Amino acid sequence: MAGQAQLLPGTLDLLILRAVSLGPRHGYGILLRIGQISGNALLIEQGALYPGLFRLVRQGLLKASWGTSENNRRAKFYELTAAGRRRLREETASWNRLAAAIASALSQQPEEI
Amino acid sequence: MKLVDWRSFRIATLFQRSRMNAEVEEELRAHIQHRADDLERSGLERAEAERRARIEFGGQEKFKEECRDALGGTFLETLIQDARFSLRVLRKSPGFAIVAILTLALAIGANAVVFGVLNALILHPQYVPRAESLYGIEHGSDKDAMESYPDYLDLRDHNHSFQGLAAYSIAQAGLDTGENPSRIWVEQASGNYFDVLGIQPYLGRFFHGADEHGPNSAPYVVLTYAYWHTRFQDDRGAVGRVVQLNKHPFTIIGVTPPEFHGTLLFFNPDFFVPIMNQEQVDGQNLLNARGRRWIFMVMGHLKPEVTPAQAIADLNSIGSYLEKTYPQDDGQMTFTLARPSLYGDYLGRPVRAFMTGLMLLAGLILLAACANLGSLFAARAADRSREVALRLALGASRRRLLRQLFTEAVMISLMGGTFGLWGSVVLLRGLSVWQPLPQFPINVPVNPDANVYGLALVLALASGFLFGAVPVRQILRTNPYEVIKSGSTGRAGRRMTVRDLLLGAQIAICAVLVTSSIVAVRGLARSLHSNLGFEPQNAMLVDTDLSMAGYRGDGVPAMQRRMIDAMETIPGVKSVGLVGQYPPTAMMWITPIVFTDETTDLRPSNAAASPVMYSISPEYFHAAGTALLAGRDLTWHDDKNGPRVAVINQEFARRIFGSVANALGRYFKRRDGTRIQVVGIVQDGKYTPNLAEDPQPAMFLPILQSPSSETWMVLRSNRDSQQLAAAIKSKLRDLDAGLPFFTQKWSKQMDTALFAPRMATVALGVLGVMGAMLSITGIFGMAAYAVSKRLRELGIRMALGAQRTEVLQAALGRPLKLLAWGSAAGLLLGLLASRVLAFMVYQATPRDPLVLAGVVLAMLLLGLIATWIPAQRALSIDPVNLLREE
Repeated sequence: MAGQAQLLPGTLDLLILRAVSLGPRHGYGILLRIGQISGNALLIEQGALYPGLFRLVRQGLLKASWGTSENNRRAKFYELTAAGRRRLREETASWNRLAAAIASALSQQPEEI
Repeated sequence: MKLVDWRSFRIATLFQRSRMNAEVEEELRAHIQHRADDLERSGLERAEAERRARIEFGGQEKFKEECRDALGGTFLETLIQDARFSLRVLRKSPGFAIVAILTLALAIGANAVVFGVLNALILHPQYVPRAESLYGIEHGSDKDAMESYPDYLDLRDHNHSFQGLAAYSIAQAGLDTGENPSRIWVEQASGNYFDVLGIQPYLGRFFHGADEHGPNSAPYVVLTYAYWHTRFQDDRGAVGRVVQLNKHPFTIIGVTPPEFHGTLLFFNPDFFVPIMNQEQVDGQNLLNARGRRWIFMVMGHLKPEVTPAQAIADLNSIGSYLEKTYPQDDGQMTFTLARPSLYGDYLGRPVRAFMTGLMLLAGLILLAACANLGSLFAARAADRSREVALRLALGASRRRLLRQLFTEAVMISLMGGTFGLWGSVVLLRGLSVWQPLPQFPINVPVNPDANVYGLALVLALASGFLFGAVPVRQILRTNPYEVIKSGSTGRAGRRMTVRDLLLGAQIAICAVLVTSSIVAVRGLARSLHSNLGFEPQNAMLVDTDLSMAGYRGDGVPAMQRRMIDAMETIPGVKSVGLVGQYPPTAMMWITPIVFTDETTDLRPSNAAASPVMYSISPEYFHAAGTALLAGRDLTWHDDKNGPRVAVINQEFARRIFGSVANALGRYFKRRDGTRIQVVGIVQDGKYTPNLAEDPQPAMFLPILQSPSSETWMVLRSNRDSQQLAAAIKSKLRDLDAGLPFFTQKWSKQMDTALFAPRMATVALGVLGVMGAMLSITGIFGMAAYAVSKRLRELGIRMALGAQRTEVLQAALGRPLKLLAWGSAAGLLLGLLASRVLAFMVYQATPRDPLVLAGVVLAMLLLGLIATWIPAQRALSIDPVNLLREE
């Protein structure tokens, strides 16, 4: 799949939080949503999603409950907790700062240094 | 700080595991199904869609594993992880591990043993149904439970507080089952005995109140299970057999259940006979003698609605009635209630006091061990500060580190506890089957039970947390950057003080223990060298009761004469004496009351003294090695027809006649009004097994004027005791083959008297040695650690020209100072604890210069031993090498 970027370590959690923040989703749904919001530009191994989900649940950022999907199948749905919402805000801000700094650093021309 | 995440700690954790696995699996399956649904919608066959979905998903097993990891370890898994890690760490420093485990094993073992005994003797309910309401009746005035039979009957019939009152007495009797006559121990029990206690027979039947029809009307025997087992080999046919008891026919009617051996915890009689047949067992009928207190104890269950205080008031009102009605026989009659298992307060109080004291000391040992391990742990934590810092830097939480540290501590304490418990169980089992006094059916059943195991576990866990908590502050304060930058040597200063305090406290505790054990040893030495008033060395005792072989009346003294004559013919025997009743320091003694010659109203409250009484043959003083100070010895002419005479001891003379010089030729009166003239005075001595007793008055009456079928002969001889015993045996067999007797050296017999002080000394000595060991390891650990931490500094000092003494002072000044302060504090505490010690040992006073010197010397010696190796190490520092290495 050409044109897709490898995920930076640590960013999957942020993406999951973001995807779930738009409404409760089951695992496959989260995967689709990440694809959708990133314009299918990120390469995520499907199975790798789940350890991330479990980790976030354990940290108390997500909560999970069993329900029935639109395909009429039993599936586990994830939604943000208050802590998760807070974490998403912080991470987003810090990511934006980092990205801006890196972008600024990379966009400087030699004579300006 | 929460060390344990209780939310995730559930017993069911392990079962939850499989449920969680199933859930993960289902979730992953749902994912693949959803993907397959999408692929199917894009036009693929269902089977193909599912295949594709699975391939896209990737390695399912790998992700499942990662999911499980992401879920994190549960409490149990973390525990196992920590335990594994701790095991690895401990294996890397086996010296530390072994010392720590051994220290704890000793300390917890000591506690388990002491508690085991305490549990069995004091806390353990005895084998009697409803033991909690069973009380024995004691005299309030002298803490003695002895009662006369008529008084017992009055108490039984007139009280309103007890459901029933039973009585028993202890006696020895000769048993003839057709083979080999033997002496056995009998409990003479009132007819209602088993019914009052609520015991059911194991075999056959028991005797009851209805079997009593006057003296000698109930010739029945109830065997204890143990005796039935050993003597009759579990033969059910034994019930119904007729045996000869003191030559009287008795019928075996039943066997008690295995757990029941009477109500005295440490005494195992061979069987029970009705008290009605007392004359046949004891050789005299005392059932109507109100003045003769020979019943060992009266006891019964309180009625459910009656409190002990009400019962005492009830008994006292009967008592005052008895005092008024029988002034000749009954002196002060007030009563108290006590537990029958240790013979009321008589044994119960000293045993309780001693065991409580011992438990206290054992607790101190454990505390000292914890202090010791705490400072070891703190030192280790300081040494491991680099490791701790590294782990912190790598992202371990402090909570996790502490958890691991506590796991390590608790593991050590559990291992120590296991070893300690194992050792104590072996020891307690040994104690339980041990019969300390071969002549008496006495043992101390102290088998460990669930209480003991529980206590050991609790102690192990508690001490683990206790000494594990010592380095907590240190860990919490660790700053990883500082430690890694500068190493761990820099900041020794303030942090040492916790350890200093611990070590000081530990040394103080150990000094207390050493003090008490030295006091005990000194007490024992004193009681051994106290003036006994007889010479137990080179003397043999022959002990029998002529009534067991059927001798009555005039037959008894005649036989005793023949026995003495026969003994005197044995070659090598220098002199032979005979004493009726028990010789001095035996298990029993008789103290009848006497009056001054001027007293006319011979009621007990007017008595002048109650001297220990002996009936002796003429040669007795010679054979026993008792010095005659004035007057004459008794002779065979002091018989029934002669004037009544006695030899008394100095204390008797002082009490009744004012002085020794005054006493010779004077008279005193016995209870029946007989006037007795003092013809001789002998030295004071010890008469009861309590060698710590104050001087007691004693009187020696001629055996012909005060006959006794109970017979002890004293043979003085330098011959080998076994040859002598064989010679005695053949001589006595020639005289009467049916006479059961027992020979032993008098010094051996003294074991009875020395049993209690010896046990006390052994117990205290063991604790003292443990205390000493603990302080050695404590001081050694501290000194060795101090030297190793300061090697570089010491090296520099030496390089700069410091003298050996200065180096030593720098290296060991601190531990030695601690030792001095700790010992001083301990000695002071020991002095304060002398009241406790006085309960336990003879003339226990730590204010004895020898004891003080001993303690100081012992602590100095301990300090020397403990600091020897570190001192050598400090002195052997080669500054050049050392500085180059560093």
